[in-house]
Amino acid sequence: MAAINHKTLREDEFFFGHKACAGCGASLVLRHVLKILGPNAVSVLPAGCMSAVGFNFPNLAFQNNSMISPFAATAPVMSGIRAGFDMRKKRGDKIPDDFCVVGFAGDGATADIGLAALSGAIDRDDNLLYICYDNEAYMNTGVQKSSLTPFGAKTTNTPVGTQIQGALSNKKNMFEIVAAHNISYAATASIGYLPDFLKKVAKAKDMPGTRYIHVIAPCPTGWGHADKDTINFAKAIVDCGLWYLAEYEAGDYKISRRPKEFGSIKDYLHSQSRFRALDDAAIAHIEAERDAKWAYIDTHWS
Amino acid sequence: MPRKFLSGDEAVAEGIRLAQPDVISAYPITPQTVTVERLSEFVANGELESHYMYVESEHSALAAAIGVSAAGARAFTATSSQGLLYMAECLTYASGGRFPIVMMNANRATALPWNIYGDQRDSIALLDHGWIQAYAEDAQEALDLCLMAYKIAEHPDVLTPFMINLDGFALTHTFESVDVPDNKDALDFVGRYEAFNCFSFDEPKNIGYSAGPAYNKYFKYDEHLGMNCALKVIDEVERDFEARFGRSYPGALESYHMEDTELCILTLGSISGLVRECVDIARERGIKLGLVKLRYLRPLPSGQLAQALAGIKALCVLEKDISFGAEGTVFTNIKSVLYDYKIELECFNVIAGLGGDDILPQDIKQIVNTLVDISHNKPYKRLQFLGIDTLQEG
Repeated sequence: MAAINHKTLREDEFFFGHKACAGCGASLVLRHVLKILGPNAVSVLPAGCMSAVGFNFPNLAFQNNSMISPFAATAPVMSGIRAGFDMRKKRGDKIPDDFCVVGFAGDGATADIGLAALSGAIDRDDNLLYICYDNEAYMNTGVQKSSLTPFGAKTTNTPVGTQIQGALSNKKNMFEIVAAHNISYAATASIGYLPDFLKKVAKAKDMPGTRYIHVIAPCPTGWGHADKDTINFAKAIVDCGLWYLAEYEAGDYKISRRPKEFGSIKDYLHSQSRFRALDDAAIAHIEAERDAKWAYIDTHWS
Repeated sequence: MPRKFLSGDEAVAEGIRLAQPDVISAYPITPQTVTVERLSEFVANGELESHYMYVESEHSALAAAIGVSAAGARAFTATSSQGLLYMAECLTYASGGRFPIVMMNANRATALPWNIYGDQRDSIALLDHGWIQAYAEDAQEALDLCLMAYKIAEHPDVLTPFMINLDGFALTHTFESVDVPDNKDALDFVGRYEAFNCFSFDEPKNIGYSAGPAYNKYFKYDEHLGMNCALKVIDEVERDFEARFGRSYPGALESYHMEDTELCILTLGSISGLVRECVDIARERGIKLGLVKLRYLRPLPSGQLAQALAGIKALCVLEKDISFGAEGTVFTNIKSVLYDYKIELECFNVIAGLGGDDILPQDIKQIVNTLVDISHNKPYKRLQFLGIDTLQEG
């Protein structure tokens, strides 16, 4: 297959006519992933923004086989589809060789309610491509904190109050949790670095076993930035070192992009309304956490 | 036809082996576990060509089965009690998505207090989740239901998931001699699943979507029609089954000595055997007593029930279930049939067997005595907890 980039990407669309917000990062994830996987992708979407905007009978936005799963059950529904088609093929039914079961689940569906079920699928090493589109909160229900909401973020249930300001917990590290299962392949990505993301999806497409890609997908509504700036923030989060692009394969972690100098965390945070209340002490804390993480990455990962 | 000495759980495993689901998603829970253990042995020994999927919860067990069905393949899973409640939200995904999954449920009490023994509060609590609910009396019926369940659930006019209920321990863990049909005969009867409500690579589909206020009612109406249609299909499938295997089943309910009777006990599941014996004993004493065994609680065979109950004087609904603050749910269902068909009779509700409590012959005898008293216009209590309330008023 020719190298995947924006020039070689297929022209036809598989996800359109949906009612996602202007500037929606997650919808770009689906659009691009499905262009790589092609018409024989079978997508599974739990409750969340992308199922809410894509599956409104009679306005159904997927051109490929697609279905909603129970919120907590993205992975097992995928496992069932895979096993069902594999058994039908074994019994002689005509099933295309290149069909791929792909899941598109948000941060809450992945790191909170669906975590045990995802763990089960990885344990079985089922042949699946699981994409977590991470917009760092429960955006579909109106911006509530998930376990992937970063420290200090204001959401509708982590308000900036007089006693407590924003989310108190740190973002859970799903990539390394998944890798700790000794999964076949895991990667992080950002829609701000599209070629890297597309390359990882193309690589994962034809691998056996369970593959997991965790992609940062900013949400203008929840993050509080202009809808034209989605890609800028998806770049900035990587450039300032708060999100890293990496792969896990055959037991090894590999960093895909090491910023030579980190961009300003303060600029990244204060240009979004969700972080506007953070004071210098809180920002210094976030910087220290970032530096500790990168010190570990630089000494332990290739 | 070879006979095997099987427990209820094992009879289900044999029945499912014969029905050859493509995928079995399995999670253990007492008293269902033996079923998924036996199925794993069948797969491991090559006696059953199925994909055996080890899931991490009941919620995932049914979710996986939904995926299997969406892929156009045949799915089986099994559960009990808290496991059934844990997968409850998936029940409506399965029924609303019209996925003809077959699931065995070992009827067991629901916590708290924690209790692993049999009653029917688990499945009856989920009566409105859109699943066909059948209740087996013995291991043979359990095996036969496994074969018939797929034919009924997968029928194009029905497309409704099917729950086969077996009383925990009383049926799952007691042994009897069971006729096990030949592999080929069974598969000829069940057939392969010819799915149309599934993904297609020729014509890709969105399935399992959302439908707002303007459309939702049509989907729900259709679901209701599918369930109602099951009554006719149950009869057809049972006639076909009888022609092939020689065992006949009487549709969604069985009437025993109801033709000339004045008094009736209506119940469901394994306790029916004891009640049937008590009917024989009562009849020897000249008491005109009959039994209605409800084999299916959904769809509710209203017409058949009305036919069976018309003309009797007094009825006891004996059930292992209570809807707190109301009455037994089976009783509520039966009374609605009585009202609809303008059948006037005296009726009362006995709640028994909760948490696996024994129901003894003398308990049934006391119910019979109460029915006799009621037929002589003595006062009675409408709702009685067996062993706690006295049956007679005053």
